[in-house]
Amino acid sequence: MIDTGDTAWVLISAALVLFMTPGLAFFYGGMVRSRHVLAMLMQNIFAMGIISVIWSGIGYSLAFGGVGAFIGDLSHAFLSGADGTSGTIPTMAFVAFQMMFAVITPALITGATADRLRFASYAVLIAVWTLVVYVPVARWVWNPNGWIFSMGALDFAGGAAIHINAGIAALAVVLVIGNRRGHGSEAMPPHNLPFTVLGTGILWFGWIGFNAGSALAANGIAAQAVVNTHLAAAAGMLGWLAIERLKAGHATTLGAASGAVAGLVAITPCAGFVGGAAPLIIGGGAGIICYLALGLKSRFSFDDSLDVIAVHLVGGLVGTILLGLFADTGVNADGADGVLFGGGVELLIDQTVAALAVLAYSFIVTFAIAKVIDRLMGLRVDPVDEAMGLDQSQHAESAYQP
Amino acid sequence: MLLVTAVIKPFKLDEVKDALKQLGVAGMTATEVRGFGRQGGHTETYRGAEYRIDFVPKVELQLVVDDGAVDAVVDAIRTAAATGQIGDGKIWVTTVERLVRIRTGEEGPAAI
Repeated sequence: MIDTGDTAWVLISAALVLFMTPGLAFFYGGMVRSRHVLAMLMQNIFAMGIISVIWSGIGYSLAFGGVGAFIGDLSHAFLSGADGTSGTIPTMAFVAFQMMFAVITPALITGATADRLRFASYAVLIAVWTLVVYVPVARWVWNPNGWIFSMGALDFAGGAAIHINAGIAALAVVLVIGNRRGHGSEAMPPHNLPFTVLGTGILWFGWIGFNAGSALAANGIAAQAVVNTHLAAAAGMLGWLAIERLKAGHATTLGAASGAVAGLVAITPCAGFVGGAAPLIIGGGAGIICYLALGLKSRFSFDDSLDVIAVHLVGGLVGTILLGLFADTGVNADGADGVLFGGGVELLIDQTVAALAVLAYSFIVTFAIAKVIDRLMGLRVDPVDEAMGLDQSQHAESAYQP
Repeated sequence: MLLVTAVIKPFKLDEVKDALKQLGVAGMTATEVRGFGRQGGHTETYRGAEYRIDFVPKVELQLVVDDGAVDAVVDAIRTAAATGQIGDGKIWVTTVERLVRIRTGEEGPAAI
């Protein structure tokens, strides 16, 4: 039986989540140097093109069709038979909502690989990655037949399926392509932080649909998810700024933007399962921990250009693990109780297993995909094209006229 | 005829321009430039990583003046552009061999 309120909310949420991808484009685009900004915007909006087509073709069916624990089937290829109902909403509303998730997930990787990917190779990379990495992981985590779902681990809107997954994939691709030319010796400051702040605003706004839409209903859980999402972003901003002020001397605009996103990432798996002060602790904790994680890349000298690993991988881990402490069936009876709500360590163990499984699978498979593409067509631009800038070398355009 | 070139702090441009207009100077050219001198650069911090910015934004002002006016012009620029802080810039004067007004073809001091 279709509920019109639930349906309306999920449809609106699909549009909100769609808007996050151009938001991400501006968030990242502001942080790169001016001769690479169009390439960054392009990599992001291109995901809206190619991933949507792949999702409607076979992605949705492989993620949500059939009964397999690891992968679906092709029974809903080209969305055939997806015209029924799922719970209280049309299946097609769920298809649309999940399509936007599939679009933004590979786009998250582009921050780590900024300023050095060949465009054609990038297109192949995210197409293959979506089918071979994202689709199975989404299956495991969100489909009732999926093994992580059956095990009892919780992931409300994608802490493991999206943020840990894309974060560790970003590391794998960076290890294949290497660092930007001049990394470590040449200053590479952001060229337009106002873009980054604009992008943060769009992401924060869209994230309301991302998390609260994941309730798949217009109910109390969705309302709780809205509040949790917003509070985690707020606390994330404050946490990041506090430690940044202490350690680096200034509270920065980029810090405020980064902290808010870190809080949003961490609350994503928890949004519909926690309440009370939990979003403040999870978001604030993520702001501090993600800031401290920025040092990882220089420690291990990999060029995660825009800190996808520190923000998405680490933030996703923080949220996924902390859910094992803060989950509360008083908030959502379909969830579970974490350590602090009398549930013992069972959920915490399930959350850890889910996080590690996604980490290992995504890293190994992404590394292999990137290696093969690199061998077959070259994943990285040649040094002259990189120095000239990807805008000119990949797209024959300039963002700004002199 | 002399060419007066001054490199000044960007936010001082309007004050310098007003002071020169009061002297009766009819025109000048301002260019955004970057450079460093004793002031050196500064550091900016992005996500905890410090960047050394060596080239600081400045404005370079150029105007051609008659020999008799040069001291008053240099004084006016110096007074208006000074903050007393390091990085106030420099003024230098060079000779101009030939000056032509494109519209009329006038040459020399008449073209100033």
